[in-house]
Amino acid sequence: MNDTMGRYRAMTGHRLFWPAAVLVVMLAANTIYRPGFLSIELKDGHLYGSPIDILRLSAPLILVALGMTLVISTGGIDLSVGSVCAISGAIACMYISRQPDQDSLPVVLTALAMAMGVSLVLGTWNGVLVAVIGIQPIIATLILMVAGRGLAQLITQGQIITINSDPFRAIGLGHLLTLPLAIFIALAAALLVAAFTRRTALGMIIESVGGNAEASRLAGIRSGRVIFLAYVLSATCAAVAGFMMTANVSSADGNAVGLWVELDAILAVVIGGTSLAGGRFFLSGTILGALIIQTLTTTVYAMNISPQTSLLFKAVVVIAVCLIQAPAFRARFTRRRSSAPPPSPIADKPKEQVPA
Amino acid sequence: MTTGTLTAGRARFRLPRRQIPVLATLALLLVMYGIGVSQYQAFSNVQVIFNIFIDNGFLLVVAVGMTFVILTGGIDLSVGSVVAMTAMVSASLLQKGLPAALVLVIALLIGPTLGLLMGCAIHFFEIQPFIVTLAGMFFARGMCTFISGSSIPISDGFWTRMSQERIGDPRGNFVSISVLIAFAVVAVAAYTLAYTRLGRNVYAIGGNPQSALLMGLPVGRTRIAVYTISGLCSAIGGILLSFYTLSGAPLIAVGMELDVIAAVVIGGTVLTGGSGYVFGTVLGVLVLGVIQTLITFDGSLNSWWTRIVIGGLLFAFILFQRLVGIRYK
Repeated sequence: MNDTMGRYRAMTGHRLFWPAAVLVVMLAANTIYRPGFLSIELKDGHLYGSPIDILRLSAPLILVALGMTLVISTGGIDLSVGSVCAISGAIACMYISRQPDQDSLPVVLTALAMAMGVSLVLGTWNGVLVAVIGIQPIIATLILMVAGRGLAQLITQGQIITINSDPFRAIGLGHLLTLPLAIFIALAAALLVAAFTRRTALGMIIESVGGNAEASRLAGIRSGRVIFLAYVLSATCAAVAGFMMTANVSSADGNAVGLWVELDAILAVVIGGTSLAGGRFFLSGTILGALIIQTLTTTVYAMNISPQTSLLFKAVVVIAVCLIQAPAFRARFTRRRSSAPPPSPIADKPKEQVPA
Repeated sequence: MTTGTLTAGRARFRLPRRQIPVLATLALLLVMYGIGVSQYQAFSNVQVIFNIFIDNGFLLVVAVGMTFVILTGGIDLSVGSVVAMTAMVSASLLQKGLPAALVLVIALLIGPTLGLLMGCAIHFFEIQPFIVTLAGMFFARGMCTFISGSSIPISDGFWTRMSQERIGDPRGNFVSISVLIAFAVVAVAAYTLAYTRLGRNVYAIGGNPQSALLMGLPVGRTRIAVYTISGLCSAIGGILLSFYTLSGAPLIAVGMELDVIAAVVIGGTVLTGGSGYVFGTVLGVLVLGVIQTLITFDGSLNSWWTRIVIGGLLFAFILFQRLVGIRYK
């Protein structure tokens, strides 16, 4: 066990090296361009500064990417997270906007519970399609991705719902111990997921299902149930991220909330070193990936380049990170073909590539 | 297929397995059209059908390219952005005063080049198509705003002529030239897939890449070729779109890749590859077009219902494909 842990650690260190290097280079470039970039100041008992901003704004992406990591590691993919963000935000804002006292805590909690409930239903829907009916994940979640935007607009009746609720705003903009609350929410979610997957057998079970669902089933793992769980978890994470996104602007726009977040999240997961083909997953890599993407976005804003053109930079970073990682991937795949490496019981059959 | 020599009874059992999804799409299309005709008098007008083609010609062309990619088991997320980039490049070059013919050549070269590069990255570096084409999508969309932050009108003589030319019968029904171009693309693509070596290779790779490789088929070349074809189709689609709107806008065709994938899937092509027809894709695009037309005719339904209905249809079709036993890997 100790040996396995040691090897696992060594591999994580190796895999995290390049993403971490990219992040450091970007931060360094920012500091050179704008010397005050890394400075943090205390104002009204809250910390302010670009690094804090990056952390705060990356919180929703970290949440979505955490759920996405688990889904991808089961060999699936969840394209519907953006729509789930939009729906959860829309329901919460809709409910709050109809109450006479928007500031009351019970109202906000009810709204959150309602939105969370609906998101669980949406996650269940995805899970049933993939795990029970056996539809290919990319297409099963595409359904909700397309229809979900429509549903979100249906809930808001195509309008932008604006609310004025301090407790709800706190989810996105509140502070705790001088740091933004959103950071703590994302951190708590990350620790929770990490504890459940790395301190119990769940993580290994997920990896083995992603490695080979059929072999895992024969080995006595209820693959269906694990896959189902991953999609429900992903929707839950997306719902919380949806709360943050809407709370940040105190309004819900069915069209804009969480637009393209699924792509950013998949990107974060891949940059973090988790293979889209399933199997091994790296939560710390995912968080690093999310931070890289947010740093890139912030950098582009800071340099006064239009947000749309930032996509150019994103493309360059994606290609760079993927190319750096590609030879390592290939080496891993060839080794996997010939023998089953510990710890996941992967059969020696070449893995089917997800057409994604 | 050796069904030709078999008895009629077995032929009836065997043939549909591959073609049931396409037949189902056809049936759905007819039912939807029937509903439209029975509900609205003007719906039976031939021009309604022509308009669907006029409004969706570029979508059709792009969907044909996507069919190739999906048949090999891949996916191309960059199509919408490449369409926008092609339109943008044409508009900005025309604005600079370049002759129309030269602009056409340049615009038609950009898409396939990007497709070729993405195909090479997918094949040689073994990066998932999803990620590579995602990067391609970001790149192309970024290029759009890099060229111009706002939309550029096109006033070139050739473009306006292509846009306004109406080919029709004496009763006043007409189609635009774009529709004819789209039909030509469909015909060439259908021929390529059904009767050429490249087409056979595409199906073989989609069916099982390992077997295709062991059979000595040029897997790499074919895989790179389909992304190039998809890039070319997106470029043609972009030109058609610029004929249609007579402008290039940086944010046009956002999310188009979803419509395209939906059209291909509704048309009966299996996303894991190896099974599907160009004709099915044509039907899939028509289904999307009829939904939009029905919702426009109704007037009381809001635009978001289009999304919900498309999502519902996607679900119904995938479930249906699953039930009739199309193999998902």
